[in-house]
Amino acid sequence: MQAPSPLTAAPLLRIDGVTKTFGAHRAVDAVSLDLAAGEFLCLLGPSGCGKSTLLRMLAGFETPDAGAITLHGQDLIGLPPHQRPVNMMFQSYALFPHMSVAKNLAYGLQGLGLDRSRITERVQSLLRLVKLEGFEDRRPDKLSGGQRQRVALARALAREPRLLLLDEPLGALDRTLREETQGELRAIQRRLGTSFMVVTHDPEEAMALADRIVVMDRGRIVQAGPARELYERPASRFVAGLLGDVNLIAGTLEPGEGESRSVCTAFGPLRAVPSPAVASAASETSVVVALRPERLRLGDGDTILTGTLVDVAFLGDRVRRQIRLADGTVLRASTALPGDPGDLGIGQPVSLGFAPEAGWILPA
Amino acid sequence: MSGNAVRPSGRWLVRAVPFVWLSLFFLVPFVITVKISFSTPATAQPPYLPVIDWSNGLEGWREFFYALDLTNYQMLAADSLYWEATVSSLAYAATATVILILIGTPMALAMARASERVQPLLVALVVVPFWTSFLIRIYAWIAILKPEGLLNAGLLKFGLIAQPLEILNTPLAVMIGLTYAYLPFMVLPLYAVMSRLDSSLPEAAADLGASRTRVFRTVTLPLAMPGLVAGALLCFIPMVGEFIIPDLLGGSETLMLGRMLWIEFFSNRDWPIASAVAVLLLILIVGPVVIFRGAEEKREEALR
Amino acid sequence: MTAFNRITLTLGLGFLYAPILVLVVYSFNDSRLVTVWGGFSTRWYGVLLSDGPLLASALVSLKVAALSATIAAMLGTLAALALDRHGRFAGRGAFTGLLYAPMVMPEVITGLSLLLLFVGIDMERGIPTIVIAHATFGTGFVAVIVGARLKGLDRSIEEAAADLGASPLRVFFTVTLPLLAPSLAAGFLLAFTLSLDDLVIASFVSGPGATTLPMRLYSQVRLGVNPEINAASTLLIASVSVVVLGASWLSVRKNGTTAAQ
Repeated sequence: MQAPSPLTAAPLLRIDGVTKTFGAHRAVDAVSLDLAAGEFLCLLGPSGCGKSTLLRMLAGFETPDAGAITLHGQDLIGLPPHQRPVNMMFQSYALFPHMSVAKNLAYGLQGLGLDRSRITERVQSLLRLVKLEGFEDRRPDKLSGGQRQRVALARALAREPRLLLLDEPLGALDRTLREETQGELRAIQRRLGTSFMVVTHDPEEAMALADRIVVMDRGRIVQAGPARELYERPASRFVAGLLGDVNLIAGTLEPGEGESRSVCTAFGPLRAVPSPAVASAASETSVVVALRPERLRLGDGDTILTGTLVDVAFLGDRVRRQIRLADGTVLRASTALPGDPGDLGIGQPVSLGFAPEAGWILPA
Repeated sequence: MSGNAVRPSGRWLVRAVPFVWLSLFFLVPFVITVKISFSTPATAQPPYLPVIDWSNGLEGWREFFYALDLTNYQMLAADSLYWEATVSSLAYAATATVILILIGTPMALAMARASERVQPLLVALVVVPFWTSFLIRIYAWIAILKPEGLLNAGLLKFGLIAQPLEILNTPLAVMIGLTYAYLPFMVLPLYAVMSRLDSSLPEAAADLGASRTRVFRTVTLPLAMPGLVAGALLCFIPMVGEFIIPDLLGGSETLMLGRMLWIEFFSNRDWPIASAVAVLLLILIVGPVVIFRGAEEKREEALR
Repeated sequence: MTAFNRITLTLGLGFLYAPILVLVVYSFNDSRLVTVWGGFSTRWYGVLLSDGPLLASALVSLKVAALSATIAAMLGTLAALALDRHGRFAGRGAFTGLLYAPMVMPEVITGLSLLLLFVGIDMERGIPTIVIAHATFGTGFVAVIVGARLKGLDRSIEEAAADLGASPLRVFFTVTLPLLAPSLAAGFLLAFTLSLDDLVIASFVSGPGATTLPMRLYSQVRLGVNPEINAASTLLIASVSVVVLGASWLSVRKNGTTAAQ
């Protein structure tokens, strides 16, 4: 992940304090965000978190109540959608059902002052880009879902926008096709060097695609960073839970400071790494220790927690176990298949361990 | 979310043009009708007094208003014929609506239950008569219902009756005509609702032990209610003011306001009385229209 | 389908079609009497085609229908766009009321009040006044049909066009209008048929020299059953059936292809 840091390069897009309300509902609340040229960014969040509204404000379909949006220093807010140098790929693809694939691709090129042969040429190169040569005369309703998705992408790229907005671009595809397409999307983005801003509610997709993920919740940005940082060092329980399965053990901070702190829990003190929000918090502050299931080790020497095995699920590449602790808390532990301890019967006592740097202390 | 970033100038024309047209040719005529219903008849062209004197501007309108009187309404109120016509118009429309519901509901249900493939065909079959001349379809019943018509000929032939039945020019004939002509208006809204009904709902009810009739009574019917209300009003309102059916099938005895209006206007050339009948008719249907609009708005609201 | 449903449909559709069938069959009856079958004959069609006044009034009706349906299609489309796109504008309630009221208003009221307007403004009555009257009540029907289509339209298709650089006018003419075309055609056809069919309103607002087909037929129908009218009816029914069944066949075929989506 060698994304150009938005701090060093001049940002391509700058969103500054943008707010949008619908009636009493504040869909986007004072959002500020920079996007570097060539960056692949994902806006991630549950439905209704404001990510789509933000995208629609960039495309010009909604007008912000407050704030500024500039692209290369040029103000975008005053421009109607058809005059903005950004393009959008729609969630429903929004292909023109009454036009052939070629006409769909050419639509954005007309009005650019290109002559006919130039447009045909460009359409052909777009078809090559998305591997749809030979489909130019098809109507959208004669294409498969994956083909339609590619037409939509090619159409949005036709005008060579500096910034491409993609609203749930893979949402309508089935799982295998989605994974395949993720790779293609990244390859196209790298080849063209266009900045991509993708809206998605699927954390796996965001992690697979983006240089940088921006997590939104209730109209605000709650955390931004590379996938790994968000996964391992989430800023809040919300982000921790959004990006993957997580065990949360409640407790209170014990006195101390530094790289790791001790948390007093029902199972005795646990050592873990404090998140910035609690790094210098006072003792007795309520916190949770977040532990990813794959970080819990079974039957290890340095036993920290003990419990009873209540469920085992074989998931192909890994095994997931549920262990009930003395106070009723159920923890999930996931082990990669090679190296799985194997036959542990349900009801058997299990001991669990984890390295101090695997635990992450978050505000409760 | 409403895309409100695109606001081209001249956008207001989109609603202004139809609004102005409909105001001019629907609303204003109404106002004029109400005014003329307060005028006195005259043997002139146009046959009523006073006439608005357009050249006099506002003064003309004022004179017009000063000369208005309530004579026409007093006449309507005093004439038992109009009372009877009012009552019988409502009675005809209400009875026919009930019959239409009884016939239309099973038909719509049967259409909605038919296989997906034949449904468009069935809809087309219900629609075709609706697109066919109303006048002609009513006219066709004359040949069937008259004493020497097909129905009587058939019944006589099979020995079911000894004498031809008097059906044409009776209330029964009007009833048959109303039911026949408005059946598509009842079936189509009902079908529209029923075909969109999730078919697993009656199945779930049946699965939970409800009998066929209970499924219909407790699941299908309540969910089809919006279509039923729409259909009932769509039939009732125009039926109250129906002219062609009572005129062709009901004979000269039939008392319905639409026909009375026609006669006052074309035969008696009494425009003010005709206008007063129009106002009376309008008052009768305003209630249902308001209900209908309310239901429509609620539905629109729900879809929003 | 259960037997009950099958019987219901058979009886219901039978009820709807029996009178029409009677007309069609007896239009080929050589005898003047309904109850007497005088043998197959097309003589009434011959009589019909040499009936000058009837043909003239048919021409008037076609003219009126074409003009009024065109106006209704335009006004109705505008009205549907306003209701679908303009949100909660001031006077929306009055607008919808004005739009839909003519659809259910008893024709005698609409006809009488329009006539009083035309007399009031001293407008000579004839084809133009009938066209205005028919366009007024056709508008609501077009608006309903086009509005239903608009509601089902994926707004992002138009947004995509704008996003690809099309001005609002270009979006309307290259995307919105082509997508509305089937419903616009259906709306036009409905307005056309309603105009062709109208007796009551036309009787009020027409003037000398502008006798529509229903007016002519009505004056003959009042005199009793007439085989020539049976023939005229048959021709009308045949043309309408071809159009409606053709349209529904087209829509079935279209649905068949879009079902692949």
